[in-house]
Amino acid sequence: MNCSDITKKYYRVQKLTHIWCPGCGHGTLMNTVIRAIDKLGLNKDDVVVVSGIGCSSRAPGYMDFNTLHTTHGRALAFATGIKMANPKLHVIVIMGDGDSSAIGGNHLIHAARRNIDITTIVFNNNIYGMTGGQYSPTTPTADFATTAPFGNIDVPFDLCKLAQGAGATFVGRATAYHAPLMQKLIEKGLQNKGFSFIEGLSLCPTYYGRKNKKGNAFNMHSYFKDNCVDLKVVQKNPEKGENKILIGEFFNGPKPEYTESYQVIVDKFKELRRD
Amino acid sequence: MFDKIEIRLSGSGGQGIILAAIILADAAIEQGINAIQTQSYGPEARGGASKAEVIINKNEINFPKVVTPNILLCLTQSSYDKYVASLDKNGILIVDECVNINMDADYKIYKLPILETAQSKLGTSMVANIISVGALYAIIGQDVISKDVMISSITHRVPPVTVNKNLDAFEEGIKLIKG
Amino acid sequence: MSNNTYKLIQGNEACVEGALAAGMRFYAGYPITPSTEIAEISAQKLPVVDGKFIQMEDEIASIAAIIGGSLAGLKSMTATSGPGFSLMQENIGYAAIAEIPCVIVNVQRGGPSTGMPTSPAQGDVMQAKWGTHGDHPAVALTPNSVQETYEYTIKAFNIAEKYRTPVILLMDETVGHMREKLQFNDSSEIEIIDRKKPTCSPEEYMAYKPDEDMIPKMASFGEGYRYHVTGLTHGEDGFPTNNNEISGKLIQRITDKIEKNIDDMSYYDEYKMEDAEIAIVAYGGVSRSAKSAVDEIRKKGIKIGLFRPITIWPFLEKQIKSVSEKVDKIYVAEMNLGQYSLEVERVACKSCTVNKINKVNGELITPQEIIDAVTGGRE
Repeated sequence: MNCSDITKKYYRVQKLTHIWCPGCGHGTLMNTVIRAIDKLGLNKDDVVVVSGIGCSSRAPGYMDFNTLHTTHGRALAFATGIKMANPKLHVIVIMGDGDSSAIGGNHLIHAARRNIDITTIVFNNNIYGMTGGQYSPTTPTADFATTAPFGNIDVPFDLCKLAQGAGATFVGRATAYHAPLMQKLIEKGLQNKGFSFIEGLSLCPTYYGRKNKKGNAFNMHSYFKDNCVDLKVVQKNPEKGENKILIGEFFNGPKPEYTESYQVIVDKFKELRRD
Repeated sequence: MFDKIEIRLSGSGGQGIILAAIILADAAIEQGINAIQTQSYGPEARGGASKAEVIINKNEINFPKVVTPNILLCLTQSSYDKYVASLDKNGILIVDECVNINMDADYKIYKLPILETAQSKLGTSMVANIISVGALYAIIGQDVISKDVMISSITHRVPPVTVNKNLDAFEEGIKLIKG
Repeated sequence: MSNNTYKLIQGNEACVEGALAAGMRFYAGYPITPSTEIAEISAQKLPVVDGKFIQMEDEIASIAAIIGGSLAGLKSMTATSGPGFSLMQENIGYAAIAEIPCVIVNVQRGGPSTGMPTSPAQGDVMQAKWGTHGDHPAVALTPNSVQETYEYTIKAFNIAEKYRTPVILLMDETVGHMREKLQFNDSSEIEIIDRKKPTCSPEEYMAYKPDEDMIPKMASFGEGYRYHVTGLTHGEDGFPTNNNEISGKLIQRITDKIEKNIDDMSYYDEYKMEDAEIAIVAYGGVSRSAKSAVDEIRKKGIKIGLFRPITIWPFLEKQIKSVSEKVDKIYVAEMNLGQYSLEVERVACKSCTVNKINKVNGELITPQEIIDAVTGGRE
């Protein structure tokens, strides 16, 4: 399928263009989600895409599925209700870094703990973009933001470690530059019967890039190209991982899935209902 | 015959005071009389003061709480100390033997070995609540609620494996009044 | 359920029985006194009827989950009390603007903050109307008995489904925890309303295009309609817009669909109001004390009656106005420092005097307190 066919098939073309700034990494990441869905041949009617609030959360509006743009931080809680009510649906949640790990951090760890079959994709651009460049839980220490005018003293989250520690059964990271890897991770996440967490490192030249003298979008992509290394490489040659950003598939360890476990309880009463 | 009985049952949390009140209310509605059951409790599930109330009324019950009970049951000293002043002066006080009371009162007093009977006759203090139900039933009288209805209510409300023991406790409670 | 089935049951349990009778098949909640029994009984009963229960990580997640569940096609409910109700406010607004039917039960306890968890109060009356930000429709029903809790939980679901709006069942600890007789209705006699579904093709479907009754048809996610839902102001296609005209029309419509259909959801009860010169206005647990007080005060030869709103929101303006034109004096008795009385005053002040009877110590207002207030303590 060529690019324009995919666009016509999966995007609400009449709703484009999008709101994202020139050079933003979110469009590329959104496209990896679309391509993963296409690759797996999922029926569009069975796909639900849920988001919270922020730049990333505008993505579902452009995507031709059942789409739900919720309140800030709460996407996973809405998605949990959808998945519980109709477990046949493929539920995908797209969140930003602040959305998923600050205001929505509690929902993230509990959705992961339950291992409910939701594929969660975080577009992490290390900043609150929608509100104009405030520091988020993934802004590196010493970086600048409008609310960290003298340098950020917070210590950032490693979102993948957070999700894995909380119980996610599939975890991986890629970047807007490493789009094919991102797509592959989303495909595997969608195939995992359980809570999948994929972090997509995005770029925000407008706020994070400008505040921190990271250059333009090209420079920021080059940074990902030069500074990311796949976990598989590091496992063979640990020295190659020094001072680098790890990408790749970090964890894949199936466990009982939440809605299936609940269905076991419901089925216990099946005979009773027949009477 | 009565029009309205207001009963306050009190003791400590975990004694099954609320269940006793539920059984009485349950039996009353089964008998076709209006009943309402309420309770108040502190934050703790065990220990602390526990209070449950039942209103049995041939007419409609509006205000659901008991202000001046006709019958007051106290299984502990602290519940007696707390609630005795609220008892109707023509009412009935039922207390466990362990409670020190002021005998100089207008209301009728039954000082009964409820906790001791539970332990000695039935081997567990857990059934003190149903012994109390037996005593209350014997006092309220068969003309209000029939014995069959009481037995049915106890059977439905206590945990299934404890039905026989609780029915025995009910009989022991009746005996405390009727001898 | 046969016609003569009855049971001694708690108000909170009656709420679940009503919800199940109305067709609730999804419950998400977080434990909080004095509403917890509603979660416990839902957990027990939902899987039996092929329904779903989940205990979420907090109340924000609970209401989010029921909105999701409703969107995926199940009638959904959550229950909470003061602190949890505060946490739910943002998403109550979401359900209002996105027009997702759901029922939120608030078994009121003493507040503010942690307040008195095991004691009754009616301090959330204004919050039920104005708790979430922005202009929005509010529907809240207040039962005063176990029987009414059952019946008005069913009505709460029906209003939610019919008007595509969140409905609040505003209980109080008195009603939630008391046990009295519940007469189950024959299931064939219970009116059950379900949301309108689209019959058009997915290509023609406009998720937020209202019919003449102001209410758009609602497809469930997964039924092939693939539409967009957002908490932003949106057009009839469901997509966000900054267009001032479209935004204004939307907020007006979601408000009008309730306000202009107020007669369809105006529930109230009158007691001895025929010749009344004084009216007590009371609702929920307090209305029971008020009814006893009316009987006692009448014995003194004073012509007094009770007007009992069951629909707290939208405000029963027409009925209160008519009461005020009939009587010389209104007493509003409520377990707060004067909330519903503000609305009564607004409507009644031109026709009669409005007095307040308030109590916030965690105890139900007693009949005697109402009698004393009305008769000036003359005995």
